[in-house]
Amino acid sequence: MSNLIKGKTGEWEVVIGMEIHAQVTSNAKLFSGAPTTFGAEPNSQVSLVDAAMPGMLPVVNAEAVRQAVRTGLALNSKVNKHSVFARKNYFYADLPQGYQISQYEEPIIGEGEIEIDLEDGTTRTVGIERLHLEQDAGKLIHDQLPEKTLVDLNRAGTPLMEIVSRPDIRSAEEASAYVAKMRSILRYIGSCDGNMQEGSMRADINVSVRKPGGPLGTRAEVKNVNSLRFIRQAVEVEARRQIKLIESGSEIVQETRLFDPNKGETRSMRSKEDAHDYRYFPDPDLLPIEFDDAFIADCKATLPELPDAKKHRFMETYGLSAYDAGVLVAERETAEFFETAAKACGDAKLASNWVTVELFARLKEAGQTLADSKVGAEGLGGLLALIKDGSISGKIAKDVLDEMFETGKGASEIVEAKGLKQISDTGALEGVVDKLIADNPGQVEAYRGGKTGLIGWFVGQVMKETKGQANPAMVNQLLKAKLDG
Amino acid sequence: MTIDRQTVAKVAHLARIKVAEDRLDSLAMELDEIVAWVEQLGEVDTDGVRPMASATDMVAAWRDDVITDGGYADRVVANAPDPQGDFYTVPKVVE
Repeated sequence: MSNLIKGKTGEWEVVIGMEIHAQVTSNAKLFSGAPTTFGAEPNSQVSLVDAAMPGMLPVVNAEAVRQAVRTGLALNSKVNKHSVFARKNYFYADLPQGYQISQYEEPIIGEGEIEIDLEDGTTRTVGIERLHLEQDAGKLIHDQLPEKTLVDLNRAGTPLMEIVSRPDIRSAEEASAYVAKMRSILRYIGSCDGNMQEGSMRADINVSVRKPGGPLGTRAEVKNVNSLRFIRQAVEVEARRQIKLIESGSEIVQETRLFDPNKGETRSMRSKEDAHDYRYFPDPDLLPIEFDDAFIADCKATLPELPDAKKHRFMETYGLSAYDAGVLVAERETAEFFETAAKACGDAKLASNWVTVELFARLKEAGQTLADSKVGAEGLGGLLALIKDGSISGKIAKDVLDEMFETGKGASEIVEAKGLKQISDTGALEGVVDKLIADNPGQVEAYRGGKTGLIGWFVGQVMKETKGQANPAMVNQLLKAKLDG
Repeated sequence: MTIDRQTVAKVAHLARIKVAEDRLDSLAMELDEIVAWVEQLGEVDTDGVRPMASATDMVAAWRDDVITDGGYADRVVANAPDPQGDFYTVPKVVE
């Protein structure tokens, strides 16, 4: 598949680098003991450290360090046993210190790489440049008072991991796949909840365009895009804007832009000319972060099987396609659900289909997630086992699943109570078939005269007569024998 | 002279410090002298010495991830010029 975009002067290549801000899962803030929970009363989760009162000193949260190291390991990246916090200086109403405590020259995590999964089943490697720890800023509310902006510092000081990719991404699809994979990894290891709606994971996208193989173009940064769909759209519209601009003889300005999903456009944020002159320097309030190999080994020991490893295992052990395996491993809970159901019924492909097609469709319709589902993995496995042993047909099983989904009852219970058990008794079916043939000489003659398509009509009649409980394979076999014989 | 009046004006602006036009030249001279004095450090041979982030040979102490603070919005905004409820307020900031 070609990723090139056609312009008036020929084809263009899009070059994308990403900065992902991921809120570290922690009880307390990066440098204070105030809580990090979302949606609390204004300024109720603020310590005097977060409010930057004079004389307050920051002390780093061990959990933030631990989660950054675990994340670095999961991203196949170099872990730096010595790292330094630096001040990034700028003035804004959501930043009480007048500087953000971040990491600059010596981040906690260095270079690495991850694999991203594309829609056609292929994978690509995207380089990671660094991961560093930093503080989030407070929240500004503009629409409450006509002349004033309200400031809530609850979010100020919340620990963030900024994960910077190399400019290895080449299309809107890859950009979205990169964020999806990153989210999946972070959620697997539990270092971030990956909730893009609540803003605990957000992406800044650096986009530039160039003629294939040519020198890199000037980039624009599209800020704070908060869904996979918007990431795709933002890349598309920004790339097209730049191509149009260059082809009409203008130049790209290096700037920060905002994506407006309603209008489907990016627009320049009114940024001050000095916005990027941050005058970083090591924060004199904080000593370097140091740890030893044993600490790294302890972090590593807590990592679960990661999505890529799981995907390959599912393909090899269960014979699933790359696509199906990819869908199943995207969320750790789904993967575990699938494996339990597969073991319970002894048929992985059947379990894969029923999880990704039947169960997912019902969850989607009900607006639920797997965690809300009344059908557990063992329950679904039990249902599939009934299909496997011929007790019920796949069609009946769908009705049974509907009821399990509503009531949470077990498959066998429902099948028993409603008398849905499939008729696999040859004698009973034979009677029905014989009667059908005797009652419909016209159809039988037509069938024998060459209209063999009528077999479907006969099967339908038997199913009707048995209220759908006849074993379809057996009905087919019986009918063929009697009609052809 | 390494620090000129434009540099002083720019640094003052970044630090949000108001400096009168007629002070720029004298400040530039003073800052230049300070920087020149600090630059004596360049005479020390630092080959093979790792850049220091702190003057002490210590590493950071870590705090446990437990909630020990917060829950006093009234104290947080106690000295704010014009709080609304428990919010701080600032002149309207529009993106």
